[in-house]
Amino acid sequence: MAEAPLQVVERDFGELAMHMGPQHPSTHGVLRLTLRLRGETVVAADPGIGFLHRGVEKLSESLGWEQLAPVYERDDYVAPTFNSLGFCVAAERLGGIQVPRRGAWLRTLTAELTRIASHLVWLGTWGLDLGGALGGGTTLYMYCFREREKILDWLEAHTGTRFHTNVNLIGGARYDLTPELARSARVLMNGIEAAIPELWGMSGDSSILRDRTRGIGVISPELAQAVGVTGPVLRGSGIAFDVRQAAPYDAYPELQFDVPVRREGDAFARFQVRMEEILQSVRLVRQILDGLPRGPIFTRRPLKNPKASKLPAGEAYAAVESARGELGFYLVSDGSWRPYRLKIHAPSFANLQVIPHVAPGLLVADLVALLGSLDPVLGDVDR
Amino acid sequence: MTDPLQEVADEVVRFPGGGVALFRSDRLFKWAQTGSLWPLTFGLACCAIEMMATFAGRFDLDRFGMILRPSPRQADVMLVAGTVTIKMAPRIRTLYDQMAHPKWVVSMGSCANSGDHYRHVYSVVPGVDHVVPVDVYIPGCPPTPEALMEGLFVLQRKIREGTDGVA
Amino acid sequence: MGSLDLEALAQGMGGKVHPLGIDVPREALLPALTALREAGCRYYLLCTVTEVASGFEVVHGVRDVEANRTVFVKTGTGKDDPRVPSAVPVFAGANWFEREMLDLFGVVFEGHPDPRRLMMPDDYPGYPLRKDFPMATPWGYRPATDAEAP
Repeated sequence: MAEAPLQVVERDFGELAMHMGPQHPSTHGVLRLTLRLRGETVVAADPGIGFLHRGVEKLSESLGWEQLAPVYERDDYVAPTFNSLGFCVAAERLGGIQVPRRGAWLRTLTAELTRIASHLVWLGTWGLDLGGALGGGTTLYMYCFREREKILDWLEAHTGTRFHTNVNLIGGARYDLTPELARSARVLMNGIEAAIPELWGMSGDSSILRDRTRGIGVISPELAQAVGVTGPVLRGSGIAFDVRQAAPYDAYPELQFDVPVRREGDAFARFQVRMEEILQSVRLVRQILDGLPRGPIFTRRPLKNPKASKLPAGEAYAAVESARGELGFYLVSDGSWRPYRLKIHAPSFANLQVIPHVAPGLLVADLVALLGSLDPVLGDVDR
Repeated sequence: MTDPLQEVADEVVRFPGGGVALFRSDRLFKWAQTGSLWPLTFGLACCAIEMMATFAGRFDLDRFGMILRPSPRQADVMLVAGTVTIKMAPRIRTLYDQMAHPKWVVSMGSCANSGDHYRHVYSVVPGVDHVVPVDVYIPGCPPTPEALMEGLFVLQRKIREGTDGVA
Repeated sequence: MGSLDLEALAQGMGGKVHPLGIDVPREALLPALTALREAGCRYYLLCTVTEVASGFEVVHGVRDVEANRTVFVKTGTGKDDPRVPSAVPVFAGANWFEREMLDLFGVVFEGHPDPRRLMMPDDYPGYPLRKDFPMATPWGYRPATDAEAP
């Protein structure tokens, strides 16, 4: 073999293009980030999605109205109840269907419990991202999941499954609350409220977490509005918009709660917003348990023949405030037994769009912190 | 309390300061393999959340020797948890090929078993067994943590008594 | 932040009002969106496409957060070669929503800075969300991969 001439390789390789994902422990699902790096610093980040695209919108065009609510629970699978709730609220708005008060309050109850469970998953996995899977992050992860298991046990007693609970119907809630369940829900809320200071002590009080998240991924209010981020990301940038207050549905018009807002727009601000949201959800659940009205829980029974239930023709847009932000359903109906077109405004989809704007200049480790603070769920992004 | 070595070894002789155990080699290797199955973190969809809950404190798979590894080079078993899409299928195959022998695949959840209700959708592969050979199927949507643990125990039994993985 | 008179805006653009917002012709889409943004609707919500008998309806949703008002701007295209101007110059958030519609419906957004497919593989044949695309596609599409080589 001929000897190749010796070459002096330049030390500075310039930019390195690297894939992060789709299989990666810190991308919160099947997300592919194509990074251009200069050393350890990100020059450009291009998220690639579609690895979990299950064609839910196309599937919606071939299933009946009553069959569809459980299908959406697999979209945002960390906070499943919100997806079916959004669909039910949109279908009720389209069809002018009234929901009895007790049913509406029960739906709100499971929604707020799901919000707490979802924020606990977010906090635990963020701990894994920031602390390492075999290091300190696992402690936060274990503690968060321990609290979440209590919520899942309650949901299992109420609905039969841990998540993908299928509680929301077009026209009400599916399962009623018994006095024992109400009692155990109060005990559950006391437990969550007592656990939050412990979780805060592990995370928010930790100087390492503060150093790693303060000033990281700052989203200005103008960028937040132009890109259309939503949920805690939007409220962490100073814009006080919450669908529960802007376009209230179910029990929210009658309940008192605060919406936490922070001005800094960095990852730590989003963290603070979510931690306070957990406490507000505890407050909401307690109000619901105290003031739960009597009466029926749904106005129309789910029919055995899916082709028998029709909704009138028209268009409607309705949104709910999921744990990730505004989960909206744009429904187009032609008056038949199934939707004509259904578009889901997924909060994680809108939030991920901000990455190319905010990632340049961050270190790869900061990018992981940013991604965790945006809290994307890829089932929600890809649908 | 029985000596756990007695169950696996053919002959155990203990003397002060130590002992000697005689194993048939395949039983020894299978004992080691079943006791330290390291799964690849391969959560695709909702089943990943149940998988995470199973690895958390309450159900705790670490006591069975299972530690989640992110790299396929360090993993024995690929726990496919979630829906397989056509965009993800080549990556699943690549990761499976990158795992070293002996390796096993556990299909967790209805989506990985058969595509679940997405079976007929244009972008979904109806079951991960179209892409990689599967050893154990765990039904459920999502399977409860108890079901996932049972599935992993079935895999352990299969390793101890059946084939040693994929040819 | 001026007050928003949808009726006057729609008339001025040559369109009409509908229950969720306004319906304008294709050429007036960007002026309408710009006017809405000037009037305070600076939050971008979504972009969706619906296939109708005459072609495709493209809908952009924008919101005035302070006034808590959501306006859906609709425009229509023909069936063959559906093209609309891209809203990305006006709202950065339209980027991925339009890419998804390009991917799933085949509607071309003129002026989009990055018109790549988003959800489907780059070489996927067809536009899945069109009504003439069968949902139950048999599992015959196998993307070429070197891992499949023997």
